[in-house]
Parts: sequence; structure tokens; C-alpha cells
Amino acid sequence: MSQGHVTIDGEEVSFEPGQTLMEAATAAGIYIPRLCHHPEFVPHGSCKLCTVDVNGRHVAACTTPATDRQRVQNNTPELNDLRRSLIQMLFVEGNHICPACEKSGNCQLQALGYRLTMLSPHYNHLFPRREVDASHPDVLLDRNRCIFCELCVRASRDVDGKHVFGLSGRGIHTQLIVNAASGKLRDTDLAVTDKAVTVCPVGAILKKRQGFAVPIGRRLYDRQPIGMADARSGQKNKERDHG
Amino acid sequence: MFELETARDPEKLKRVVIEPVTRVEGHGKVTLLLDDENHIRQVRLHIVEFRGFEKFIQGRPYWEVPVMVQRLCGICPVSHHLAAAKAIDLLVGARQLTPTAEKLRRLMHMGQVLQSHALHFFHLSSPDLLFGFDSDIGRRNIVGVAQEYPEIARDGVMLRKFGQEVIRLTAGKRIHGTGAIPGGMNKCLTSADRDYLLKDIYPVISASREAIRLMKRIYTENLAFHSSFGYFRSSTLGLVRADGALDLYHGGLRAKDATGRTIFDHVDYRRYSEYLHEEVKSWSYMKFPFITSLGPEAGWYRVGPLARINNCDFIPTPLAEAERRALIAYGGGFPIHSPLAYHWARMIEMLYCAEAIKELLHDDDILRDDLIVTGEKALEGVGVIEAPRGTLFHHYRVNEDDVVTMANLIVSTTSNNHAMNEAIRRVAERYLDGRRLTEGLLNHIEVAIRAFDPCLSCATHALGKMPLRVELMDAQGEVVDRLVKDSRGDFCVV
Repeated sequence: MSQGHVTIDGEEVSFEPGQTLMEAATAAGIYIPRLCHHPEFVPHGSCKLCTVDVNGRHVAACTTPATDRQRVQNNTPELNDLRRSLIQMLFVEGNHICPACEKSGNCQLQALGYRLTMLSPHYNHLFPRREVDASHPDVLLDRNRCIFCELCVRASRDVDGKHVFGLSGRGIHTQLIVNAASGKLRDTDLAVTDKAVTVCPVGAILKKRQGFAVPIGRRLYDRQPIGMADARSGQKNKERDHG
Repeated sequence: MFELETARDPEKLKRVVIEPVTRVEGHGKVTLLLDDENHIRQVRLHIVEFRGFEKFIQGRPYWEVPVMVQRLCGICPVSHHLAAAKAIDLLVGARQLTPTAEKLRRLMHMGQVLQSHALHFFHLSSPDLLFGFDSDIGRRNIVGVAQEYPEIARDGVMLRKFGQEVIRLTAGKRIHGTGAIPGGMNKCLTSADRDYLLKDIYPVISASREAIRLMKRIYTENLAFHSSFGYFRSSTLGLVRADGALDLYHGGLRAKDATGRTIFDHVDYRRYSEYLHEEVKSWSYMKFPFITSLGPEAGWYRVGPLARINNCDFIPTPLAEAERRALIAYGGGFPIHSPLAYHWARMIEMLYCAEAIKELLHDDDILRDDLIVTGEKALEGVGVIEAPRGTLFHHYRVNEDDVVTMANLIVSTTSNNHAMNEAIRRVAERYLDGRRLTEGLLNHIEVAIRAFDPCLSCATHALGKMPLRVELMDAQGEVVDRLVKDSRGDFCVV
């Protein structure tokens, strides 16, 4: 049952009780860029990619409840400029070497870089020293690529029930840690089948020995740019609702 | 000690520096030391390349290696991609690939060598050969070739494009693709891909034959000059198939001395370190490899097209084999040592690649999806391939966590280091000695380098944008003459 309507970039969108703006937009086939949001987990609101303008205020679409007659600006040059800056900062704060990264073509950070027409990193690279943990027999943890979205933290805690991952430190010194006295992934109870292994939007947590198996042209974002799936599923929802 | 490598009293000599000559994943320079009469006393080619890859590949998972290390080069990335993939195959126990995977890799490699040879000859070297080494600098480039000899330029562009398309369809991209993965390939060709390539294969073969005719004509029209230009004698090294045939993808190591006598043959390349050592010299960042049994003074060798043609017993495709026989006959059955004959051999190899591509495209194995094999894991792998410029070695060790702990790369340029130094010494001695420097004379040195290595000539010749500064200093270190080439390729005395 519809609770009311909001407008997103002038398009009227209905929402269900308890839905966030992100959920209402997604159901309607409107893509709002995001990295830390995943529909299966409690919203986190940390990456700020989903920032939208609601009645003149900037809010995170993934944590803001939809309420009747909100006027939402999403796909505007101003907001996309801000989002591009966020992506650029993420690129320089880690070590994201797309040309040699096996996640290339399947990486949300890279895909958003393309979508938001990021032509250069703009900011100075920080080149942080981050540890690669290859100790687990089936899973590689490359902290160089971590964007601290905490999806692995949430997946391990809420789905796998294991608490393998966590964040430590503050600000620029934040790092992804694992729950073992040695600090090594091999000493955790992580299994390659865990949700935490598959949920990473970038190339920080990977199944070992799978890299580059999918040829160029058949990777996720080779087939359709990021955001297209939302538009298509939204179209299907509309067709279902109207006919 | 080699003649003209180290002068006795360098502090009393004038120093001429060509810096940068151009790039080899870094910068190269040539230094000349001259006495008061402008007689050449010392000549050195320094390739100031920083091969950081050997270091920063350490700590990375092995399956990343073939994709990462190909970034060493933008002209022959496929060679690094495949040499690394061959080494990594051994880490996953894939000692024998499926016929489909091996043929697809061979197809990719043939496309690579074809496009690189076309680029090297048509785009980079043909301006020197067609117009003259000291001809008008404004015309001595690929644009000048296109204006004066449009049919030659068209062939060059067509051949390079075809090779790039072969790479695209096997690796996913024209440059820096991902086709080869541990134990095989990640895709096969579709029948549509095959038909697309086959429609151009006969023009490609025809243009390759025409390129040989052109090079042969240029070379023999001024035979005495071309055959003596930068002439020196040396041993040769390369891969050959078990039956002695030319093979650019796989085989055993064969080395011959300057007379054509075999030094070693069919050596398993995984044992390369027993047969080849590297010497370090104080004046160069690049090592000087040599054949261990002959020692550093006598054991240096050359690699690349001419070395391979001298080394092999035959070429396994008919048209290229006929051309190989013609070249060998020209040499009277003895090894050919003239650096400019590299271009002739290069064009023969280009024809071989075109013929080999045709054969592979007609083989239905390339359409099958049997792409990967694995076996017992190992912790060390060596991969060797014949890159366009010569034999290329990749050697890796990994730990139990699948992470690279050691990488050693011997690239073709390194193997030809001594040979290129030798060639420019001979050229400097013959053409520069006692004369006032001009751009045309200095270009003679670059022509000798270009015979071996396209990467050293790409910036100055293909695009003409690499700035070049040559300074002539007197014995007191005062600059007495200065020649500058600006970013537009214009020369001026300042």
C-alpha cells in the first residue's frame, strides 16, 4: 500500500511505509549512486555517494525515510560534481591500480568513476602503506583497495554470524582488521562461501585464483554500466504495477 | 676491455651527450668522448631504465602477474603477458596446455609480432631508409613517407592494424588485455571473429611480401654502405623448435658463435641461469648478459630477428622459408652480422607471422572452449618467449600463500645491450670521427640503435616530439657547440 509520493528529479515516485528514499528510488527504477549501501543490510550512511537534495538540504538517501511530498534532487550536475570528488578522494586515499586489478570491470568504485566522468584523480595520491593478507588458503585480503564501506563487517556479523572483520583507528589512519590474535585471515573462521567474501564492492576481498577468468567484454560493467540494472528492474516493476 | 668502450684519459676529452636519445621504459642517452681533433675515443649507450617491476611485483598474488607486467611496454605488452603466463602456468602445474589454449596464445603472439614489426619498420625506420640518414629532418618521418610513398605508408598502417585486431580478439583489448590466465586462456575465438580476420589475411600476406621486396631493394641498391653500416660480428641466441624450426612462442635455447658454430642447443629454458650470466658495469644501469661458458669478454650475444634467422634451421611456413633461404644465400651460407640486415630479417618474420596466422585461423581448435588445465602446484616458474626484439625471460618464485617472492626479468633490450653499444661505436668511428657534429651525423647513431630496438626510437621518430639536446664541450668543460631539438622536432643551434 502506497504511503505517499515524492518527486525525484521531477518524476513522481510512490513509496511504501518505512521505505527510505534509496529504496523508493530503486523500486521506481531510479539509480542513486552508492558504495556502502546494499539492500540486504542495514543502511550505513558512511560513503555519502547517495547524497541527494531534499527540500534544499543534503541528506543520505540510504538512511533518510521517504515522507510525503518530498522534493528530491538526485541526478544534477552539482550533486554529481560532489560525488565525483568523493570518488576521487577514495582513489587517492587507497592504492587503486585499475590496470592490474582483477576486479577491474566488476568494481563499483571504478564503474562510478566512469559514470561520473572522472578523468583524473585530481587530488594528490597519498600512497598509504597497506598490508596484503594472503594467509587464508582461499581468500585474499588486499587492504590497498579497501574503501571502509563495512559491508564485509556487516555481512560477517549479520549473515555469517562470525565477526571476522572490523575497522580500527580513526580518520585517515582507519584500517580493516580481522578478528584473530595474529591479525591474519588464516587464523579466523572465515570460509570462502561466506557472504563477507562476496559482498566487497571493490577488490579488497577476493576469492583466490579466480582473477581475470572472465574476459574483457563479458565482465559485469562491460555488459551494462553501473545503474542500468536498477533502471531495468524499475521498468519491470512499473510494467507489473500497470499491467 | 672493448675498443672505444672506455677511454684512457677521459678527463682530457670533450664530451658530447645525446640525452635522451629516446625512451626504453625510461630514458636512454649516448655519450661520446672526443679529443681535440674530434677523433672518437669513447662511445657508450646508456639506457637509464628503471625496471621497478621486479621489485613491486613482490608481494602480489601470482595470477596478477601476466596482467601487471605487460605494462612494462606499450609496443610489445603481449610478449610480457605471455612470457609471464608461461612462467605462471608452471606454478599451477599446467605443463601442457590444451591445444585450444596454446593455439590461441600463439595467434595472439603472432598478431603481436606482426604489428610490432610493422610499426618498427614502416613507422620508425623506413623514413631513414627511404630518404637517407642525413636527409631533411622535416621530411624524415612517417608523415613524410605518407606524402612521398603513400602506398608504403598505407601498407604499414594496414599491417599494424591487422596485428592489433588479432590481439583484440584474443586478449580483449588491442593494448594491455587479459587473454592469458594461469593454465590457459579466458576465451576462445568465435566463428565471426575468425571470419572477420580471415577476410584480410591475403592482403596482409601480400603486403608482407611487398615489404620484403622493398627492404631487399633498399638494402641491395647500396649494398656496400648498408652491409658495412655499424658492422660487427657476434654470437646469437634464440629459441628454436625441437626440429630446429623458427618458433617465436616456445622451444629450446640455441646459441651459435659468430661463425655459425653451435655453442649450445635445445637447452631447457628453465635452466637459463646455468647458461647465461649478467655482468654489471659501473657506467650503465643496465646489465650485460653473456654466455657463461665463454665469459663476459667473448660471451656477449645478440637477439632478435636477425639472430633468429641466423639461428634456426628453417621457417615452418613456405613463403617465409623461401625468403629466409634468399637471405642466407645472400650471406653465402654464413651468419649475417650487418645491423641493417635486421630490418630484412624482421620483414621475413612479419611474413612468417602472417602465414602462421592464416594457418591458425583455419584450425578449428581455436573455436573450442577447452581452455584451462591445472596440475600439481609448484613454487617456481620460468617463461621464455621470442618477443619482437628478441628472447625474453620471466622468472618467478612464490610462497605457499600464492604470493610472489622473487621476480627476475631479462628483456630483449638487455640482451642486445652490448650489441647496440658495439654498433654505435662502429658508426661513430666510421662517420663521426674528426667531423663537426650535425643532426644528420648524429642520426646515424640513432639509425644503428633503431635497427635493434623500436622502443629506443619511438619518441623521436614516430612523433618527433622528444626533445633532444646535444652539447659539445671542450677539454675544460666549456660548451662550445650546442644543438637543440624542440618538442616540435625542429633543430636549432643555440
